[in-house]
Amino acid sequence: MSQSPDSDNKPNAGKVVLAHGGGGELTRQLLAERIIPKLVNDLLAPLADSAVIDAPPGKICMTTDAFVVQPLEFAGGDIGRLAVCGTVNDLVVMGAKPLALSLALVLEEGLDLDVLDRVMDSIADSAKQAGVKIATGDTKVVERHSAGGMTITTAGIGTLPASMPPDAKTIAAGDAVIVSGLLAEHGLAVMIARKSLGISSTLASDVAPLGGLVDAMIASGGRVKFMRDPTRGGLAGLLADLSEQTGRNIEIDERALPLSPAARHASELLGLDPLTVANEGKVVAVVAAEDAEKVLAACQAHPLGRDAAIAGRIGETNDWPLVELLTAAGGRRIVQRPYGEELPRIC
Amino acid sequence: MAGPDRQKIQQLLADLADAADGAPDMALMEICGTHTVSLFRSGVKSLMPTNVRLISGPGCPVCVTSCGYLDTACELASRKDVIVATYGDMVRVPGRTDSLEAARGRGASVEVIYSARDAVKLARENPSRNVVFLAVGFETTTPATAAAVLEADAAGLENFFILPGHKILLPAMEMLLSAGDVPIDGFLCPGHVSVILGAAAYEPIVRNHHRPCVVVGFEPANMLDGILRLIRQVAADEAKVENAYGVAVSEGGNEPARRMIEQVFIPAATEWRAMGSIPDSGLALREPYARFDARAKFGVEFGPDYEPPGCRCGEVIQGKLEPDRCPLFGVKCTPTDPVGPCMVSSEGTCAAWYKYNRHRPGR
Repeated sequence: MSQSPDSDNKPNAGKVVLAHGGGGELTRQLLAERIIPKLVNDLLAPLADSAVIDAPPGKICMTTDAFVVQPLEFAGGDIGRLAVCGTVNDLVVMGAKPLALSLALVLEEGLDLDVLDRVMDSIADSAKQAGVKIATGDTKVVERHSAGGMTITTAGIGTLPASMPPDAKTIAAGDAVIVSGLLAEHGLAVMIARKSLGISSTLASDVAPLGGLVDAMIASGGRVKFMRDPTRGGLAGLLADLSEQTGRNIEIDERALPLSPAARHASELLGLDPLTVANEGKVVAVVAAEDAEKVLAACQAHPLGRDAAIAGRIGETNDWPLVELLTAAGGRRIVQRPYGEELPRIC
Repeated sequence: MAGPDRQKIQQLLADLADAADGAPDMALMEICGTHTVSLFRSGVKSLMPTNVRLISGPGCPVCVTSCGYLDTACELASRKDVIVATYGDMVRVPGRTDSLEAARGRGASVEVIYSARDAVKLARENPSRNVVFLAVGFETTTPATAAAVLEADAAGLENFFILPGHKILLPAMEMLLSAGDVPIDGFLCPGHVSVILGAAAYEPIVRNHHRPCVVVGFEPANMLDGILRLIRQVAADEAKVENAYGVAVSEGGNEPARRMIEQVFIPAATEWRAMGSIPDSGLALREPYARFDARAKFGVEFGPDYEPPGCRCGEVIQGKLEPDRCPLFGVKCTPTDPVGPCMVSSEGTCAAWYKYNRHRPGR
């Protein structure tokens, strides 16, 4: 261990150095001491060039996502938890059961090894919580100032029951739009952590794997016609996509939207529309009108769905379909997807 | 929204309909970008009686900034030894040949910050380069700039500068009324700016121009209350200052903040986009702080103001033109590919119309 950069008297003590990615002894040490032991499972164990997985009958789902959040750690989560939950949730909202993830880490020279350790712990915990195995991975190191500390890319596969994915083609006027929990908490928590806005808040990210919640909604027996997790672009972006995809108007009711007082206040202070702020750990479902209460009850009975609500209804078809908000004041306005990152106002 | 608030709003809407019934047609102007957005976002705009029209005035700090200012900012950003520090909304506004965003794409240093003091911090962290802060905005952002200048002065920083572009609201209101080509029957006065100015600041508008002024906040009930008070005054041909935002705004405003502004700045003529130069509507650095003026340091002057071909932002910010009457709106000018500042800024009138009130492609 005398060559380890951990030695306290070395200038790079406790930091990632370029040699960690050189494929030599330091790489072996980094993997053997800080990464692989956190991820132990039968798929990863052979440490071969590819993981070998028994092919399930039927169809599989596959997805991938890159994670570049700043800061790496924030109230309620970190980049590791996001990287696992983000990919797992993209699988579960299709109705798939997550089977395995890949994990590609790009570390920046100078990253604190303590941060890496905490992120790896978080990845391990989140994977365990989601019931998914990290089957294969890769680690690279890049020069200082080129990766914001670290970036993570995960890909995932999951098995798809014959009844899935939900069929958005059957969406009809009157169907309910269910939102599974409090909106905008994640995006606001990260923004408050990132921007030196001088605001303190109790807001914390609620990033979580959604498998159990989605299972409960489907098990309720209600006809779920569409599911997606609203992340970047917020609820506004998701509904704008859905409206275009189905060619139908959608009306949502501001008074029914699940929004905490803390999120409402932070949005007002920053001049942001909570509908366009990013979410994690939430699912938006379109449910047959007559089954709406049944699915809502199943959602609310799950710990991640306590604050679930019927936020709106699907409307008629329209040549230029619109998402409209019935405001708390009783007025109306259009809801569109945001154009880019929503920035706090200047005055 | 909780039950009582909802009831209050229902009552206000009923009172509003009563007050407007039989009253003349009227145009009420808001002069704050946050109001422009809040009126749309809350749906209040969709609830107005047919004879009450809400129009937007020169209340978006980015939109009133002259093109000449932007060109100078881009020119400074292109210098190797300069880091331009700016509020985010300024980054995408197109100037004559360039925007700060385009300049950044070519390697210019443009840092988005959230407070003027972050620019001072940036100067401390980059001692070998000059940091130029784009000092724009109304009385809400000016105290922070004054504090930043004082901080840099106390620390003896020699690499911190500002490009002075702050605006004073009242001279612009007076000019709109004196020009007389936009019918304005009353003003919805900005909550944030009034925290600094105090409600009494609008007395000259009432006295000299016989227009009611009501200070309002940003909650739907509060905005409706302010509009109701304006309608009642217009219907009775009265003109007085009313403060419907007493929670935050006092009669005299924030005296220490104003003293700090006065310590650092002196009123001076400044160019407003498409409105020309308005006497005493801007702020220049006083002599002891003149060395912080980036124009003196780098030997640059603001170029002339102009409008991009076809752009009618100048008329939009004066309430002369509603955005969907501009031939470019939604066709050649969209938030993703904007021509003028009113479509770029998140608080611009055109951006708000496009985002909350555009029911079909094009208009």
